[in-house]
Amino acid sequence: MLDLTIARAREGLRSRAFSARDLTEAHLGAVRTLNPVLNAYITVTDELALQQADAADARIARGDEAPLLGIPLAVKDLFCTQGVRTTAGSAILGPFVPPYESTVTANLLRDGAVFLGKANMDEFAMGSSNMTSAYGPVASPWKRRQDRAAVLVPGGSSGGSAAAVAARIALGATGTDTGGSIRQPASFSGIAGIKPTYGRCSRWGIVAFASSLDQAGPLARTVEDCAIMLGSMAGHDPKDSTSADRPVPDYVAACRRGVAGLRIGVPREYRADGMPGEIEALWQQGLAWLREAGAEIVDVSLPHTKYGLATYYIVAPAEASSNLARYDGVRFGLREDGADLRELYERTRAKGFGAEVRRRVLIGTYVLSAGYYDAYYLRAQKVRALILRDFTEAFRHVDALVTPTAPSAAFAQGENMDDPVKMYLNDVFTVPASMAGVPGMSVPAGLDANGLPLGLQVIGRPFDEETVFAVSAAIEAAAGFDAKPDLSLLAA
Amino acid sequence: MSLDPATVRRIASLARIHVDPTQAEALRHELDSILGWIEQLNEVEVEGVAPLTGAAQMALKMREDVVDDGGYPERVLANAPDRAGNFFAVPKVVE
Repeated sequence: MLDLTIARAREGLRSRAFSARDLTEAHLGAVRTLNPVLNAYITVTDELALQQADAADARIARGDEAPLLGIPLAVKDLFCTQGVRTTAGSAILGPFVPPYESTVTANLLRDGAVFLGKANMDEFAMGSSNMTSAYGPVASPWKRRQDRAAVLVPGGSSGGSAAAVAARIALGATGTDTGGSIRQPASFSGIAGIKPTYGRCSRWGIVAFASSLDQAGPLARTVEDCAIMLGSMAGHDPKDSTSADRPVPDYVAACRRGVAGLRIGVPREYRADGMPGEIEALWQQGLAWLREAGAEIVDVSLPHTKYGLATYYIVAPAEASSNLARYDGVRFGLREDGADLRELYERTRAKGFGAEVRRRVLIGTYVLSAGYYDAYYLRAQKVRALILRDFTEAFRHVDALVTPTAPSAAFAQGENMDDPVKMYLNDVFTVPASMAGVPGMSVPAGLDANGLPLGLQVIGRPFDEETVFAVSAAIEAAAGFDAKPDLSLLAA
Repeated sequence: MSLDPATVRRIASLARIHVDPTQAEALRHELDSILGWIEQLNEVEVEGVAPLTGAAQMALKMREDVVDDGGYPERVLANAPDRAGNFFAVPKVVE
């Protein structure tokens, strides 16, 4: 039952082959066994999950066919869940229990989903390895063939979400993506994940990192499962003025469209120094599959690609320094007392924020400060405009772009930790689409020589997730990716 | 350009984050290396380019200017580290 896709689980529930309670209990049992090893969940909500499963069974008995009825999911701990502690992976929100439900999770509950718990993540979604969580790192369920002792990272920041889905302790999970936080962990963990167009999902009730970049999206084991989940998560919300007031298309139908006649762009700048030959080879293989399926492959240029990361590391910290100003020990979260109010603020924030969050808040404060604003922040916003212009120009000639998702396979815990910039380079291929606000999906396409998954990224026009799903599904079908982590190697 | 210790202290003060003096030099070095890497943006010709403030490629919606939520102080104060009646409490600010 744990190996089912969301689509198959839905059929099983509707045909009464098993109940939502059966499915939820099986998952909770596996969570009890594996979570002590993986640390994919910060909080497991057993009792609530069983109540939601029973409610789903009652709805199924009435003939209700809501799209996620009885489907057990993990929720990234960045989504506020009413009455359930929400930490954002930070000590500063350790005691925080939201009195409200985020719009995206409310949409999932409306459609019958069962929440198993809150998934671990990099602190405030700042990281590419899940090593910055105040609740401990997440272990990937994947192992290197040659070095089974090494504990690998699941990627980040949605690392707990990706590890839970890959390890079969959730059928799907919510994630958020600011510079690659859905796509990179999906690639590292051998699963699919989509960051939709900025504005497609409401950000209301999601702990804010960088508001002009943050987007919610699903992680699941197939492209179609992501389509099912996104259909429920997406939609206009009056409580988020940046959420788009346009109809949500049938993404599942889009998965079956095929790619015949589509023009697929290959950006020549998407080659990183030291990128393994296997990733280049898989990319060429992916393009060959699409050509065989009837697509036309076209070379394109996105000339400002190499400036994406540096631009991101001005814009995102600037927005974060502003968004994280609210954590001051006064209205919610951790408080560290001081002799006066100023000392209370400074000690609360020093104690509550981890090293990476502190670094980014300080960088953001610096680039926004008097005398530096024009040189850093304003310049970055102009480069961001040029990055968007690159995509707009490319999409005049092609329907979608295909690139590698990340410049490497999963690395081990402790690697890339000596230099912050080295860790940032993980997001070199995912950040440009974030800067432009366009949709991007990672789809598992093959394994490297160590037996670790590698993903390809499909990028589409704004609000054209349908083409992204069509191209991703075609790659998925041709790749026939059926590798799974060997869970027997994960004994506690 | 290189960050000096006084600038690091000024940024930390603006950000209201206490920095332990024993960690200040390590932090200065980290921030300096990130800012040094960011300097590459100076290569880009941005003359006449309008800055892009956000990714939402649409006009933001306006809504009616009406109160449509609120009136539940207990929920608002439920997470307060300290309270006095229906107020958040902080150390004395004015003597």
